[in-house]
Amino acid sequence: MAVLQTTDLTKRFGKFTALEGVNLELNEGEVFGFIGPNGAGKSTTIRILLGILKATEGKAKIFGKDAWSDAVEIHKRIAYVPGDVNLWPNLTGGEVIDLFGALRGGIDKQKRNELIKRFDLDPSKKCRTYSKGNRQKVALIAAFSSDADLYILDEPTSGLDPLMEQIFQACVLEAKYAGKSILLSSHILSEVEKLCDRVGIIRQGKIIETGTLDELRHLTRTNLIVETKNPIINLQEFPGVQEIVEKGKTISFQVDSEHLDSVIKHISQYGVTKLESTAPTLEDLFMQHYEGKGISETGVGGRS
Amino acid sequence: MASTSFTKTGRLSRFILKRDRVRLPLWILGIVFFTFIIPAAFLDLYPTQQDRDIMAETMKNPAMIAMAGPADFENYTIGVMTAHQMLIFTAIVVGLMSILLVTRHTRADEEDGRIEMVRSLPVGRLSNLNAAIVVYVVTYILLALIVGLGLFALNIESMNLEGSLLYGSILGATGIFFTALTAVFAQASESPRGTIGLSITVLILAYLLRAIGDVSNEMLSWLSPMGLVTQTDVYSSNNWWPVILLLVVSIVLIALAYYLNSIRDMGAGFLPAKPGRKQASTFLQTPIGLGVRLQRTGIIAWAIGMFVMGASYGSVLGDLESFFEGSEELQNMLVTADGYTLTEQFLPMLMMVMAILATVPAVMNMNKLCGEEKKGRMEHVLSKAVSRTKLMASFLLISIVSGFVMLSLSGIGLWATGTSVVEDGLDFGMVYGATIVYYPAVLVMISIAVFLIGWFPRRTSFIWLYVFYSFFVLYLGGLFQFSDWVGKLSPFGYIPQLPIEEMDWMVSIILVIVAIMLSIIGIIGYRKRDIQ
Repeated sequence: MAVLQTTDLTKRFGKFTALEGVNLELNEGEVFGFIGPNGAGKSTTIRILLGILKATEGKAKIFGKDAWSDAVEIHKRIAYVPGDVNLWPNLTGGEVIDLFGALRGGIDKQKRNELIKRFDLDPSKKCRTYSKGNRQKVALIAAFSSDADLYILDEPTSGLDPLMEQIFQACVLEAKYAGKSILLSSHILSEVEKLCDRVGIIRQGKIIETGTLDELRHLTRTNLIVETKNPIINLQEFPGVQEIVEKGKTISFQVDSEHLDSVIKHISQYGVTKLESTAPTLEDLFMQHYEGKGISETGVGGRS
Repeated sequence: MASTSFTKTGRLSRFILKRDRVRLPLWILGIVFFTFIIPAAFLDLYPTQQDRDIMAETMKNPAMIAMAGPADFENYTIGVMTAHQMLIFTAIVVGLMSILLVTRHTRADEEDGRIEMVRSLPVGRLSNLNAAIVVYVVTYILLALIVGLGLFALNIESMNLEGSLLYGSILGATGIFFTALTAVFAQASESPRGTIGLSITVLILAYLLRAIGDVSNEMLSWLSPMGLVTQTDVYSSNNWWPVILLLVVSIVLIALAYYLNSIRDMGAGFLPAKPGRKQASTFLQTPIGLGVRLQRTGIIAWAIGMFVMGASYGSVLGDLESFFEGSEELQNMLVTADGYTLTEQFLPMLMMVMAILATVPAVMNMNKLCGEEKKGRMEHVLSKAVSRTKLMASFLLISIVSGFVMLSLSGIGLWATGTSVVEDGLDFGMVYGATIVYYPAVLVMISIAVFLIGWFPRRTSFIWLYVFYSFFVLYLGGLFQFSDWVGKLSPFGYIPQLPIEEMDWMVSIILVIVAIMLSIIGIIGYRKRDIQ
């Protein structure tokens, strides 16, 4: 069952179109990574999901209810962490955590105190004195000490140190194993790779890819490093081969996954002495998209 | 090290001017415009010296002296009249201008982390503070010259060059004084709100000290920067000492600000922050609790301020009565409504001023909702199980209660001191009635704020223009003999002047209905729009 679903979500601010027909689906018990360059529309989407912005067109549903008109009902079951946590300077961290809990409708005291310890936060300090990372901890503790069914996390770790990030990841996984659903918008790709079951990439207000990481990998290229007895000829004429670099007998290049078979067959004729292949990292995948080129557009040929 | 402390001050000064390119001209134009139209208007309204002498007689009572200060009543020319009735109020506006602008470029920039970035560049440690002070000192020198030469250029007989220049200079000196004062508080306090709060507190205390001093003991007035303003005796004896005194004190304060800035850490203040609660009290855990908590200090400060304000007006009522008792002539001239004491006749005017003043904290409480939204903090609350209606209604409730408390306190304050100084005492019911009758008008002002937040969140400051308009037309309306409808554009203009007029329940009920409707429309708008 889809916990969260948007259909053709469109948002315009005056003449500027921030979102154009965004379709997302998050299933129960799933961690969904929502990624894209700055200004692509991630936060706008999330703020529509929270009923803070009103969609110009299209539908956003959470738990089968409308994100705008049933906002209060929905919010009883979700926890949200913004990327830029701006807190009231004259309240303490502890007070803010309790306030957020109370406004949602209850907080698990024990879990709250346990999380404060795990995240190593001093709750008696005024928010004015907190660093960005500490303010983020406040929001994270408030979120994870709630008994929400859906967590919406908008770049929640951008100010955390590596140690705290591990604790964050543990919290996400604990929530996942408890059957909760999580929408995670992030720039930290290793984090997405580690946590997310499925990923959606947004660029310029449109979703350009969605799928599991494996599915997305198929769309991308494999790096190959080959040493052969005889020099390989005509490699650059193969479809889907790119970025050929020759160093003596060693040649390295990238192949689109769909052409991998024919390329391997071809080079095997030249007496392979060494073959290394690395699967594309998520980073490679995103770089392609962030730079604005879809895979299909770059398929043919390549130059060294 | 000391030699590099002020590096790049010039560049930063230009940057401040660039950021203030709209704000600064607007303030100056506003101040200059009002200063220049008033003498001309007076000349129109009081063409002969006889007219002006009558005006002088009505101004020559303790209540008015407490409000506007002393003057040369024997020689009440257009010049003296302008200085007497406008100078102190213009000085307050100049003081506010300094407080708001200096805070904006010092502590506010620091809290938002902008100064940190500036300081990471090759600029001196004190350059930012120095640039802000330089810019505003130069601004006030210019203001002094513009006002001084401009008033002289009006070519009004009683307004000679020396007096005009003194008029400008004392305004400029006031501006420089509050620039220096705010610069010190920007070092002492850790937040822009604290800086503004402390500075405005000094401004209000200075005004009150002057009021008490002008009525009872002149020495007290010399201790108050606002008292110094009225001690200049512009267009009469032209006393320059207050200008010099203010400038000397300013230099000391500026030096203190530099010193404090040089010995403190970035982001730190001298008024220490103590560790807070680890858990939220049950009170805090609702939107209303949050709203009250965020504004607690401000609400308490205003409440004390309103009470003190009422009490200070009350304290001069005794002098007022005895003063008029001495002169039968004056009594005949002033007492138009038979059967009412002078106090009773002055009450509606005093109460109206205090009611408009009480509107300020109430509207601030309401506008807090929008201020928090602009800082991106309301999204935390709205992403929880809190509806927009509930959120806005919570702030509205705070505002409504706050308006009631503020208004009541001013009335109670006035009664408390008034009853002890007036011969037969004052009837509490009468005083409180004359106060609370303004409450429906306060409600209308609050509801307009709600309406603006709901439909025009970027225009919420318009309410302040309207508050200022109400004050201007109703307080000065009598003086300038505006037509009736000008006053009727403000809800305060409809309120019956208790106790000399009959109570008009219809008006009160209609105003309350208007307030309810505007609030509902505002809430509907708030429910429908995007949160920023």
